[in-house]
Amino acid sequence: MTPAAACLFFVFLAPLAPAGLALLNTGLGRSRSAAHILLASLCVMAVAAVTYAVCGFAWQGFAGGPAHIVNVAGKPWDWIAAEPPLLRGRPLDGSLPSVAVLLQIISVGLAAMIPLGSGADRWRLGASCASTALLAGVTYPLFAHWVWGGGWLSQLGSTYGLGRGFLDAGGASSIHAVGGLTALSIAWIIGPRRAKYAAEGTPSAIPGHDAVLVLFACFLVWAGWLGLNSAGAIIFTGAEPGRTVLVAVNTTLSAAAGLLAAVVITGTRFGKPDASLCANGWVGGLVASSAACAAVAPAAAIVAGFVAGLLVTLSVAYIEWPLSIDDPGGAISVHGVGGLWGVLALGIFGSFQDHVEGQWLAQLMGIATLLGFVLPLTYALNWLLDRFYAQRVAPEGERQGMDLYELGAGAYPEFVTHTEEFTQQ
Amino acid sequence: MKLLGFLLLLAGWIITLAAVALLRTMPQRGAFVMAGTGVEILGVILVLRAHRLPGGAGQ
Repeated sequence: MTPAAACLFFVFLAPLAPAGLALLNTGLGRSRSAAHILLASLCVMAVAAVTYAVCGFAWQGFAGGPAHIVNVAGKPWDWIAAEPPLLRGRPLDGSLPSVAVLLQIISVGLAAMIPLGSGADRWRLGASCASTALLAGVTYPLFAHWVWGGGWLSQLGSTYGLGRGFLDAGGASSIHAVGGLTALSIAWIIGPRRAKYAAEGTPSAIPGHDAVLVLFACFLVWAGWLGLNSAGAIIFTGAEPGRTVLVAVNTTLSAAAGLLAAVVITGTRFGKPDASLCANGWVGGLVASSAACAAVAPAAAIVAGFVAGLLVTLSVAYIEWPLSIDDPGGAISVHGVGGLWGVLALGIFGSFQDHVEGQWLAQLMGIATLLGFVLPLTYALNWLLDRFYAQRVAPEGERQGMDLYELGAGAYPEFVTHTEEFTQQ
Repeated sequence: MKLLGFLLLLAGWIITLAAVALLRTMPQRGAFVMAGTGVEILGVILVLRAHRLPGGAGQ
């Protein structure tokens, strides 16, 4: 089987990742916003795909393609691709770069769906689509070019001798950390849900409405991740198709270790395992596996996944209190914290056939770029958007629920519940 | 405080870029990249504090 054929098979598995993420976000939100968040997931995927095809890929490009290069101190720095818009410069003929285009359309949709988890129950449908256009047209292609399109981060090895340059096979940085940092910006800009924090600042628990959806989604994202990581390893790290067995084993072990860490922590803290936090631990393990899945031994994947599970579970609580950030889906912890840890884990545990020095430094440069460039950029873009088009729904919309207010009908019309908060109005 | 935090984030990133582009040896680069990342962490802390709600929580 040729690498392109194997890759195409794995890319066809990849849509299960956004499908699972959509169900996860839906289950972790309120029942009165369930249809809204699922429809928003579809709309976001649609906007991301079209925007990326129109201009995103032109700026991301593919390694070896046309690009704008600036010379700094005698060394080339590749900042942005120069492909023609509307995918006109890339024949879609079954070659590896053309399969990469398909993978990227799915990946950018996945990245754009991540902020829906943090904005659940209060983020307007139109605003989430507009914010997605900014992510798919500006933030994602720019950073993904630096990582996957032959940009300066990926060239740190050849130009400055930092290992093999910044490596990320499955998108821990360009998909998950970018999505997670955008989720953080959205949570900051639109603020917490009504009644989430009492006057004195104590948070109240607003549990997700369907644990079955949340836990079933974990199986879907697992299959999706096997596709994303395997296809990414072939396209972006040049792995042989046979190496995808190692990729799949590492992905699975990392998720398993993340789940077990969450079970241990929640079982110790609360006396019983918490279903939603355990699901977050599972997905956090998958996210952490993305960068290093093709470059570490299975034992290292277990350690990386376990640490991811610990970080995700603890940061969910810390972000809610004392940081006062309302993130119903745990997107900031799972994708932001998990993604940053996954990038670093490759620098710590990565093993290569030939000895390379400074891989950890290349990975640290990627983390510094995410925090120092992507976070301010995505915050500024969404802040500007909020000035012109309010991102948060009106108070009446939160009281009624996003389904009734924005869609005119609920997801579960036979099961109408009126909470005390609703009937008081 | 929020603006200062974001400026620190950008400043930290520029320090890391300058360290890689201008310094020659790996230990020097490592030290300055870590210093730049430290500046970014300070920036993150400032932005997080700026977004904390009055009275310890709520917005």
